[in-house]
Amino acid sequence: MIDRLPGLVNGDEALVRRGRFLTCDFLVEVGDVAYHVSVEQGRIASVTLGPALMRPWRFAIRATDEAWREFWQPVPRAGYHDLFALTRFGRARIEGDLQPLMANLRYIKDVLAAPRRLARSA
Amino acid sequence: MAARIEPIAGRYVHLTLGGRPCRVYFEEAGRGIPLLCLHTAGSDGRQFRHLMNDAAVTDHFRVIAFDLPWHGKSTPPIGWENEEYRLTTAAYVEAVMTFSRALGLDRPVVMGCSMGGRIVLELAASHGRELGAVIGLEAADHQTPWYDTEWLHRPDVHGGEVCAALVSGLVGAPAPEEHRWETLWGYMQSGPGVFKGDLYFYRVDSDFRDRVAGIDTRACPVHLLTGSYDFSCTPEDTLRTAAKINGAEAQIMDGLGHFPMCEDPERFREYILPVLDKIRAARA
Repeated sequence: MIDRLPGLVNGDEALVRRGRFLTCDFLVEVGDVAYHVSVEQGRIASVTLGPALMRPWRFAIRATDEAWREFWQPVPRAGYHDLFALTRFGRARIEGDLQPLMANLRYIKDVLAAPRRLARSA
Repeated sequence: MAARIEPIAGRYVHLTLGGRPCRVYFEEAGRGIPLLCLHTAGSDGRQFRHLMNDAAVTDHFRVIAFDLPWHGKSTPPIGWENEEYRLTTAAYVEAVMTFSRALGLDRPVVMGCSMGGRIVLELAASHGRELGAVIGLEAADHQTPWYDTEWLHRPDVHGGEVCAALVSGLVGAPAPEEHRWETLWGYMQSGPGVFKGDLYFYRVDSDFRDRVAGIDTRACPVHLLTGSYDFSCTPEDTLRTAAKINGAEAQIMDGLGHFPMCEDPERFREYILPVLDKIRAARA
């Protein structure tokens, strides 16, 4: 799912505009699998499957396979429907420098939720 | 065809709160039993506009919602520019009771959401004999914090954007987009630091876990309704609270989140109308 982000995000003009002031790398962990997501002015420049040795990131969002699977349902069930619902119930962790995340929170949340559209159109 | 004009009327009342003059905005619609509505933290009374446009409610209730000072169209008190806003339990109770008395409301039913749901528990405990009933939406005697409020008011993060983005997940997943975004717009419009100041009450100054057992529901019936998608005030928080109040009624609202009256008004009606009917029948 995370590897589909470039297509899902970069084709969404409103979403790219929302993130136009963000250029940074962040890490998404789906269970044991790490993805380095590189954002340049709101566009997803690359998604690199980890582990990538000595590659820095500003913040990391780590959750179990199950948590992401439920999160990406077209209409997710309660407790799995939001990044902070996941962290609130111990299903996800956010680490690192939170400033770029919080300053672009709606953008990041929308990026992470973008794979829901795949299920909707399936 | 004539343009549709809603039955809601807005006015200002001048109150003394905390020893200071305050110009307080309120809206109302309907006739009958006073139903005094308290908005959530970091938003304002517009959240109740759907109830005020619902004849099933306004045929029997005078629905009134005021904006707390610092919120909506109520101005902050003179000198605000040099102080940090912090709501306390005492100030919140004073605001609600002073407003109610100023309008001459006779045993109003007080319905609050989120922090408004928290304060109705204290109102029922301390002023229950002056009230007709309380309805706590997304209400509990205490909740576990789920984020650091320092992010809400600082120069390197836009306050309106981050407040809305934080609470966006508290809207139920099935909520119609139109109402979801109008709910979040309210958060985007809140003044700098106001949401954070409200959360001082909600997080620091309102642990009512030892307080709610003292509520006399014969004098002031208590109704608690919480959405299944609310992970701030969870259904478990509400049910735990209700279990401590002898005679309290609690219900979990399927598919709703933390802002039931404005995020999905149609779904909310199914739950709130029977509660209002019950209150009306008991009062007749």
